[in-house]
Amino acid sequence: MESLAAQIIPTDDTPGAREAGAVYFIDRALTTFDRQQQDVYTQGLGNLKAKTQEVFPGATKFSGLSSDQQIQVLKAIEKTPFFAQIRTHTITGFLANPEYGGNRNEIGWKLIGFEGKFHHEPPFGYYDGEGNPAATTRKG
Amino acid sequence: MAKFNPNTQVDFVVVGSGISGGIMAKELSAAGLDVVVLEQGDYLYDRDFRYDQLKRTSHSSLLSEDANPVTFRQTDKEKAVLSSAFHYGRCVGGGTVHYSGSSWRHHESDFHERSLLGSIAGTGFDDWPVTYEELEPFYTKVEWEIGYSGLGGVSPFESFRSKPYPLPPMPNKSSGVLMERAAKKLGFHPVPVPVAMLSQAYRGRSACIHCGFCSGFGCQVGAKSSSLVAVIPAIEKNSHCELRPNSYVREISVDKSGRVTGAVYFDANKKEIFQKAKAVIVSANGLGSPRLLLMSKSSLFPDGLANSNGVVGKYFIPGCGASVHGIFEHPLNEYKSVTTTRAIEDFYNADLKRGFYGGGRIDARGNTPPISFALGALSPGTPRWGSEYKKALHEEFNRTLTMQGFLTCLPLESNNITLDPEVKDAWGLPAMRVTYKDHPNDMKNKQFFTDRMLELMDAAGPIKKWASLVREERAMGHTMGGCRMGNDPKTSVVDRFHRAHDVPNLFVVDGSSFVTSARNHPTCTISALAYRAADYIVRASKNGSIKVPSA
Repeated sequence: MESLAAQIIPTDDTPGAREAGAVYFIDRALTTFDRQQQDVYTQGLGNLKAKTQEVFPGATKFSGLSSDQQIQVLKAIEKTPFFAQIRTHTITGFLANPEYGGNRNEIGWKLIGFEGKFHHEPPFGYYDGEGNPAATTRKG
Repeated sequence: MAKFNPNTQVDFVVVGSGISGGIMAKELSAAGLDVVVLEQGDYLYDRDFRYDQLKRTSHSSLLSEDANPVTFRQTDKEKAVLSSAFHYGRCVGGGTVHYSGSSWRHHESDFHERSLLGSIAGTGFDDWPVTYEELEPFYTKVEWEIGYSGLGGVSPFESFRSKPYPLPPMPNKSSGVLMERAAKKLGFHPVPVPVAMLSQAYRGRSACIHCGFCSGFGCQVGAKSSSLVAVIPAIEKNSHCELRPNSYVREISVDKSGRVTGAVYFDANKKEIFQKAKAVIVSANGLGSPRLLLMSKSSLFPDGLANSNGVVGKYFIPGCGASVHGIFEHPLNEYKSVTTTRAIEDFYNADLKRGFYGGGRIDARGNTPPISFALGALSPGTPRWGSEYKKALHEEFNRTLTMQGFLTCLPLESNNITLDPEVKDAWGLPAMRVTYKDHPNDMKNKQFFTDRMLELMDAAGPIKKWASLVREERAMGHTMGGCRMGNDPKTSVVDRFHRAHDVPNLFVVDGSSFVTSARNHPTCTISALAYRAADYIVRASKNGSIKVPSA
């Protein structure tokens, strides 16, 4: 499941779903507020294994594939309810408050440029701060 | 706060504690009248609200969607299906707890557009039985009593005001600066958005800390001027008023003479209680008020209370919208502070020369919280996962500007609230069924505004821009109409002071009273109508003109 989440928000020059611990968020969701989604996962993971073996005969598990191969398998299942659900969970976990277990060290928030301090002073952005040295500078 | 026995005949039962119910209860109890407020939702406080998008989206405690199912269909030929798209605030303070706080007065012309433009065939387009001039003192009262921030006298389109806003406008955001840039380039007139939000400390309440979690969230610092923080505390202190949360009204009862005698409600344990009252005020919003009247059937009112003419539930107006979006070179950081700080009213008035009726207000914004943004607000063509998706998240979250049109929505008899014949809520009561389809003029107006907003967006200088698809409304939080006010008892539910034409001691005071949509944003006008109705009802109570049932 972790390798699947890691394909939805991959690790490249910045950390992704793996480093953010999105999978811990999913575990927690499936045992608490999204308990009713457990069946979708059980069935979906079974189908993922089958699809993996169908596309790459001889492969035993999805996580054993190369990244390109994983993408190929996911493209074959991206229209399924299971994929829609794990996508929603991965993204939600990646950007939810860190206390839910999936946005470790605010990795998700850092990627999108969201400061998790919940109180701000003007200038808020570049355009309302133009001409003001305290203005936010261009991001990355 | 008072504590009344249900068998004690209080002066008023008020159904709902949103901005209208809150104002009614506060004003009536301040005049020494005994009031019981029945609120179906929980009593939450500042400390219960958290900067937690997941909590909001996964286990919402502010909205009606879980407890009160709504079904939707476009026409009465269809079978309505469950929809989470129509909802209302379901907690002490109602919708003002979670709304964005943008809160505009209507313009003078909104109250007599039919006289200005003529009738529109096949619609309920009509003048209001109230004028702006009559309502103006109450608008001022709203801004000062509830706590608004804004700047009057800037817009050449604004109607007259007797007093400035009590607080200066919120600091401008990058969206607002870009709106100003674009508007000035095109010769339009940007206006600071008035908000029911404190730009500075006011009457013992603290100022906004620009956390950015307004729309959809309760305010943690009490800077949002909701009914919960700006009205309810006065009720708490008043010995003539009792607020009962978790009290879900299922029926307004009537006696043989056709006067209401009180309200039957379920308490938190689903136990049925009857609260006796001399008069009842329904402030359960554009969805809830018509539904409650329709559920209150009796031999005198077999089709629902105050519905002898069959108008209850009809002319429901959810408000219309359109939007365009752009990505900019530098960060706007729209996730900070209030939803929107600048708007233009240059297309506010309808101009029949365009070939259709319609008008609206355009504001600039971009305040979509991280999770909802990442799940569905990226630019068109962005892959839904993978490295390109991640790149877009990084580039677009804080660089996206949206121009949002708040547009006219014609009142139609065929757009209505009825009781669903099959779906029931958690108490076994019929779910409300929304039937709504846009009038062709509304669709033309959405296209017109989309085109104007694309021009405006262009003038702001984005890297790329796109428009949301112009489509028929299937969701809206601004529920208006349904118990429309009017002078003619044959075509309206309540009179110009919100008294039911059919029932001398029943009042309906909230967004359901609206005759037309104006330009959407209903809260300021709902609040002003409530102050005006309260002023009238206090006088009527004192001079005995509210005919009460025998005790």
